[in-house]
Amino acid sequence: MSEAESRSEPAHTGTDEELETNRGTADVNEIPLWVRNLRKTFGGITAVDDAGFEVERGTMTGLIGPNGAGKSTTFNCITGVHTPDSGVVEFNGTDITGLEPYEVANRGLVRTFQIARELSEMTVLENMLVAPKNQRGEKLWRSVLAREDVNQQEYELVERAWETLDFFDIDHLAEEYAGNLSGGQRKLLELARALLTDPDMLLLDEPFAGVNPTLEERLLEHIHDLRDQGYTFLIVEHDMDLIMQNCSKVIVMHQGNILTEGTPDQVRNNEQVIEAYLGGEV
Amino acid sequence: METANIAQNGRRLVTKNPMAAFLIVVGVVLIIDVVRQLATGDITFARILSLVWDGLMRGLVIGLAGIGLSMTYSILNFANFAHGDYITAGAFAGWATTYLIAGRFGAESSIGSLLLVGAGGSVFGGALGINVVSTPLAVVAGLIVACGFTIALALLMDRFVFKPIRGSGGIPLLITSIGAAFAIRYMLRFVFDPGTRGTTAAGAVPDIRPTIIDGSVVFTMHDLALIVVAGGLMLGVHLLLQRTKLGKAMRAMSDDQSLSRITGIPTERVIRATWIIGGGLTGVSGFMFVLWKGTLSWNDGWLLLLLIFAAVILGGIGSVYGAIVGGLVIGIVASTAVIWIPSGFARAAAFFVMILFLIVRPQGIFAGRSTA
Amino acid sequence: MTDTEPDGEYAQRDDEEAVSLFGITFPNDGTMLLALLLTTYALYMIAGFVIGFPVRGLVNQLGQLTFWIALFAMSALALNLQWGYTGLFNIGIVGFMATGVYVTAILSKPVYGTGTSAAQVGGLGLPLSVGIVGGVLAAGLLGFLAALPALRLRADYLAIVTIALSEIVRFALLSNTLSEGTVGGYTLGLGGGNGLILDFTDPLEALIRALSLPFDLVTGQDGFLWTEIYIGIIVNGISVFTPGNPKSVIDTFAYAAVLLLILGGFYVLLRRTGNSPFGRVLKAIREDEDVTNALGKNTNQFKIKSFVVGCALMGLIGILWFGTQGSVTPNTFRPRITFYIWIALIIGGAGSNTGSVMGGAIFAAFLFQGPRYAKNVIETVLGEPSAPSSFAQAVAPILSADIVPFFLYTVDNMRQLQLVLMGVVLIVLMHRRPDGLLGHRKEIASSVPLDRPASNKSLASDGGETDE
Ligand SMILES: Nc1ncnc2c1ncn2[C@@H]1O[C@H](COP(=O)(O)OP(=O)(O)OP(=O)(O)O)[C@@H](O)[C@H]1O
Ligand SMILES: [Mg+2]
Repeated sequence: MSEAESRSEPAHTGTDEELETNRGTADVNEIPLWVRNLRKTFGGITAVDDAGFEVERGTMTGLIGPNGAGKSTTFNCITGVHTPDSGVVEFNGTDITGLEPYEVANRGLVRTFQIARELSEMTVLENMLVAPKNQRGEKLWRSVLAREDVNQQEYELVERAWETLDFFDIDHLAEEYAGNLSGGQRKLLELARALLTDPDMLLLDEPFAGVNPTLEERLLEHIHDLRDQGYTFLIVEHDMDLIMQNCSKVIVMHQGNILTEGTPDQVRNNEQVIEAYLGGEV
Repeated sequence: METANIAQNGRRLVTKNPMAAFLIVVGVVLIIDVVRQLATGDITFARILSLVWDGLMRGLVIGLAGIGLSMTYSILNFANFAHGDYITAGAFAGWATTYLIAGRFGAESSIGSLLLVGAGGSVFGGALGINVVSTPLAVVAGLIVACGFTIALALLMDRFVFKPIRGSGGIPLLITSIGAAFAIRYMLRFVFDPGTRGTTAAGAVPDIRPTIIDGSVVFTMHDLALIVVAGGLMLGVHLLLQRTKLGKAMRAMSDDQSLSRITGIPTERVIRATWIIGGGLTGVSGFMFVLWKGTLSWNDGWLLLLLIFAAVILGGIGSVYGAIVGGLVIGIVASTAVIWIPSGFARAAAFFVMILFLIVRPQGIFAGRSTA
Repeated sequence: MTDTEPDGEYAQRDDEEAVSLFGITFPNDGTMLLALLLTTYALYMIAGFVIGFPVRGLVNQLGQLTFWIALFAMSALALNLQWGYTGLFNIGIVGFMATGVYVTAILSKPVYGTGTSAAQVGGLGLPLSVGIVGGVLAAGLLGFLAALPALRLRADYLAIVTIALSEIVRFALLSNTLSEGTVGGYTLGLGGGNGLILDFTDPLEALIRALSLPFDLVTGQDGFLWTEIYIGIIVNGISVFTPGNPKSVIDTFAYAAVLLLILGGFYVLLRRTGNSPFGRVLKAIREDEDVTNALGKNTNQFKIKSFVVGCALMGLIGILWFGTQGSVTPNTFRPRITFYIWIALIIGGAGSNTGSVMGGAIFAAFLFQGPRYAKNVIETVLGEPSAPSSFAQAVAPILSADIVPFFLYTVDNMRQLQLVLMGVVLIVLMHRRPDGLLGHRKEIASSVPLDRPASNKSLASDGGETDE
């Protein structure tokens, strides 16, 4: 609990239980993801330095920042790929700091990777079918002895997988090895696969990188659709215009810190942001 | 103040690094046990010294052979399971030469028997009176041939076995090297027959037996020869890596292969140099090992291989000094383990240390420091 | 067999897809395996007949061939679960086999002083079935202990750990310390370098007697199937037509048949394991463990299960293999056995169950038993000639253009040379056919066909309705 003690914000000192009461139950319903004082260092590099933010339910929130700002590392700390040096991550009201990635995913917080990581020697459909939670046949004994049981669920999952592939317009690739897909198609597959886990919230790390404009358009449409269905999105993206046009809230990171956050307009006109970007680029 | 500090440090160690704390406890227990054994007379100082000395000698062999393994592991990115059989091959080539010369080219026995290192008990090394003092020329010639032959073997293997699939990753290369290992090992067995032969007459090697504290310890001329040869070569490798352009290129490549390709270090040349240096040292270590222990068998290198892996992993893959230090540690562990455990488990103890290390500190003792 | 018709490019069930081996195309896996086996037997028989091998010897050879085919196929299947599916690099297979058979021996050897080999350490005298279960569990447990820490390791490190472990097992078996002792009134031990005499009931007899239970109830006889049917009718019946007692040959055959059945069981078990959500997660782990974890799978648990099941199966194979050999010695369990199984797997192509069976069969027939058979045949033909005793004597005559001694030496040392051959074959395979002789196979990991459901076919790109 040393993280709790080292927290500097006065409002959140004390134990974790107090924390939750501090946030209040109303918050939990509206704010699925809540991050405070997140810090991660690699050797001498401080990749994330005291970052804190929250994401509202049913929104698309953008996370932007120059290269190396710590966006991916933040994702990794939230989803358990890295254990943060300190800080708290809460998801749907429970502390998920330092959980294993699979535990985080099973709570409904699922991420995609900056560089699409398809399971290349498996077909697109197989890729999809890995995702669903609580598959009966994941128990070894059932796979061997209770095939009927397993098959029944498999048929349902196969149907869902096809539907989702349809939704993303990659159903024609279903039998293809994932390794043979183009960069953009892999991005689609990653998102489609993540959806099959039945998440509450998706963390997308540069989902549009390498995707051609038409596909990008479609992908955005899909994300909007999904948001309307109640999914929450936190999206890392370098394309400013895209973020500004599509997100209701934008968080700006710089050198591991949260520089500012607010509506696209607020962020666009923020001096610090302009400086960070210009300063970073010159 | 002092004790409080120690207690605090201790607590921190236990919570932050329980494995290290555990190892320290084990170490302390072992030391206490040695003291007990000394007190009760179960063991003598001289015996401990002998064991440590034996371990050092073994360690020199392991370290010398380990340098080559470590270099290919880091530069070519695969664990070469044929490395142990390079050792055996080098030893056989070298000893065939030594026998031939010591047997005065057939004057003592048929040339065939000499070249086959006395296969089937047709000639005995003892009968030829081989040792550094009485047949120095034969020994030196054998050493050189062992070195040259192993270099040739390593280059040949690289050209026809490893190079064609160098791009396909560490695991296919590893599997391939297992195939190469068996092919070489059983070829040697086919040619040289499965018997273990004595290469030097037991007890005929000049030695000194000073009394140290409570008993005598034996130091032979072959111990000295091993120290001189292994020490000299290790120093040579050190100078090569630190002082020459080739050495710098090798260090760069072991750090990051793709980087050095971009920066224009002639990769293929470096790889060849790696095999030459690694193969040469390996052949020498095989020859010296046999000279030192006085027996030779088709299985020697394989039995040594896992200890060499242990040393290389302990020292950190890619680190030449690590391989040497790791070799000494593993050699001493394997030799002195009999103080505490039955002799049948000595080798197992060394493997166990390796497994422990792989789990606790897979990057090795010298982690973070680049090659050399 | 209704869906053999290729559904566009979507022919899903691999076992119904055409396969091609050695340039010959077969309609499906089953035919291929059958053709392979028949060809192998035919080759063996032709070789035997042409040479004029005695019938009894020939029949015995075929029985042994079957034994090896079944064993290597099973082994390759077990290894395929670990390496082919999960990407766990186990080169300590032989250690798990040794564990299996040694634990079985300790559990089922007769109590000290009562067995046929009174001088040896005894066992606990439990029924063989209990011993086998114990041996399998012990091998699985060892796998579990190895897996716990080793799962965090890279593949090459895991390789080193497992091979070191198998050598540690061998040292333990060899050690004097554990060779004999008294535990709870029983004189037990691992026998040290001398090994153990396996004086428990012969596995074949034990099996037939166990199967005989229902008949025993009816007939009121003990071991009806064994004494009346097997010995009384089959063995005695055949002995009418053959000179000498045919029992050992019939035993070989019967046991080989039992092994084939068990192989069938292995195949079904591992196919079901592979073609299921469980197997799918294993494959995903092999491809990218982090992604699989990020998709909510407890990858460590899957890896441990896969490794433990594989090791337990290897333990069982160890029992089936060495349990009928009369005795075991530690130095049998050298890494070369592990090497055999890897070659079998690579021949068939890692990741494919059908391939594993095929690889096991090809390895057993042509690399393992083949050279030995050839040696046997050649020596019979040449009338058991005496070969030169050393390489020098074999080579020297070549100078005077006499290659016969060299040839004889080669034949005489076939067992050494065959390992050289295997090594070369492994190298060539890794160069030319790293995916195995069947090439890359699309074995889909799911328990049902993945065709688009009929209800869904009309749905085009308009993705209105989705999950939830
Ligand atoms: N595993 C790691 N080990 C060492 N350093 C790391 C590691 N991961 C990230 N870093 C460092 O942390 C800093 C932040 O990296 P991060 O990937 O989070 O940035 P980012 O905002 O995602 O950048 P980009 O837009 O380029 O993806 C960088 O300096 C990076 O080099
Ligand atoms: Mg990033």
